[in-house]
Amino acid sequence: MSDRAIEVTGLRKTYGDLEAVRGIDLRVLVGEVFALLGPNGAGKTTTVEILEGYRERTGGEVSVLGRDPAQAERGLRERIGIVLQSTGIDPFLTVRETIEMYAGYYPSRRPTDEVIEVVGLGEKRDTRVNKLSGGQQRRLDVAIALAGDPELLFLDEPTTGFDPGARRNAWDMVKNLASIGKTIFLTTHYMDEAQNLADRVAVIAGGSIVAEGPPESLAGRDRMKTRIRFRTVAGAPAPDLQSATRLADRSYLMLADADETTKLVHDLTAWALDTASGLDLLEVTPPSLEDVYLELTESEAGSE
Amino acid sequence: MSELALALRQVRYTNKAFWRNPAAAFFTFAFPLMFLVIFTTLLGSGTVTVKGLEFNQSTYFVASMAVFSMITACYTNLAIGVTFQRDAGILKRTRGTPLPGRAYLGARVTHVVLMSIILVAICALFGWLFYEADLPTGVSLIRTVVVVLVGSASFAALGLAITSAIPNADAAPPIVNATILPLLFISGIFFPISDDTPTWIDTLGDLFPVRHLIDAFLGAFYGKPFFDFSWADVAIVAAWGVAGLLLAIRYFSWEPRR
Repeated sequence: MSDRAIEVTGLRKTYGDLEAVRGIDLRVLVGEVFALLGPNGAGKTTTVEILEGYRERTGGEVSVLGRDPAQAERGLRERIGIVLQSTGIDPFLTVRETIEMYAGYYPSRRPTDEVIEVVGLGEKRDTRVNKLSGGQQRRLDVAIALAGDPELLFLDEPTTGFDPGARRNAWDMVKNLASIGKTIFLTTHYMDEAQNLADRVAVIAGGSIVAEGPPESLAGRDRMKTRIRFRTVAGAPAPDLQSATRLADRSYLMLADADETTKLVHDLTAWALDTASGLDLLEVTPPSLEDVYLELTESEAGSE
Repeated sequence: MSELALALRQVRYTNKAFWRNPAAAFFTFAFPLMFLVIFTTLLGSGTVTVKGLEFNQSTYFVASMAVFSMITACYTNLAIGVTFQRDAGILKRTRGTPLPGRAYLGARVTHVVLMSIILVAICALFGWLFYEADLPTGVSLIRTVVVVLVGSASFAALGLAITSAIPNADAAPPIVNATILPLLFISGIFFPISDDTPTWIDTLGDLFPVRHLIDAFLGAFYGKPFFDFSWADVAIVAAWGVAGLLLAIRYFSWEPRR
């Protein structure tokens, strides 16, 4: 069997004159958590819905678990689980009945109780769907997608609209799924979500992939400089550190390569102790995925 | 599991959800049965002459309300229910599972056909209890069953077809009612199309399936000497059903329309 769960080459999709997806390439390995990151309207949902078999592509090659999703085969659908961005669930069935109903469509299925535990709806198993909160319904969405024990799981913006606590729970759930060997294709516009969950990230903007790689080194993030900001206490002498740039009255900034950050911080604190002047504030900020992302997506937006 | 087994299993879930939905259960069951009581009580004392034969109005309304309840269950409520589920994204979710689309829709149609059989049986029992209407036996019973099966399946197909003309769930009740209510009026559901009715109404009604369904039902349910049963009526209803099915296959949408 191929080690590639998803292989996309030159995928294009146009709606009339609008080019929603402009020839993208993607590769997702079996067992990997892959995040497609991009702003709203960048082509994320169009791409994922083509992979899921909901949309026909205009051009390019797409293979999902070795099949073409455009053929809409039952055989392929038996092996994938889909959590759409917004979908309803019959409001009058209970959590357990809902999961059992969907599980019955699949040849292999996970025990209902196990699925309920994985998504943390144990106490709600006999509650009707219309009595669940929004977050609980979202978890049921995931439970339904897991019911047929899929090899590959699509999660389209799984935590949009969640409060911070619910997002943490959802992340733990995705990590659980990854740890039991599921391949996960995730779309999101949250940087921290991609950072926390994904083995690999592709950034899509204006219908094209503008960067791809592990979140730690995406688009040269590992080579970007760390920002060291500090402020001296009132009345202290100006620091005699040549790399420090004065921003305002007592505020300074130093930009450090990854390998010299420790030394620069050491020099700074040593200077503060030597002069017994202390520091009012000290911030050390490594380059975030957000910095990279904003740079990538802004330059794309600016070019249009 | 085979497609048929999947569809039958789906009927059970459809039925379970149906009875827990107060609006669906009310409008499918209580509403037509309430009409049956109101019409037979208020208007059922006189007689009406239909195709040269004199009829008790109560006897007539037992039959016409049986047809009304079939159409309400199969056309009106199925179309509105399916549109709501489409807008809520339930159909889209189903489309992403291995459940074949025709198994899902087949289950929905089977369910409303079963509801129709129960509704017609209730109307017949009501007529037998309160208006001494005979229950059909023998050939009449077989004909009645065929008419109910063909009629309810055909109107269910038309109900699925009309959903493709409905832009969103809010528009579902007005569009569905606008397409069916005028036909119910000109086809003799609420007022018998007696020999005194203007001919153009008779002619217009003949173009659509409601009139043929009620004629077929009267003919099958009561039979001679009151009414002639004609397979032509059943065939015309079935033809409408096939047309609805073809339209539904071509235009049915599993995703919300925007």
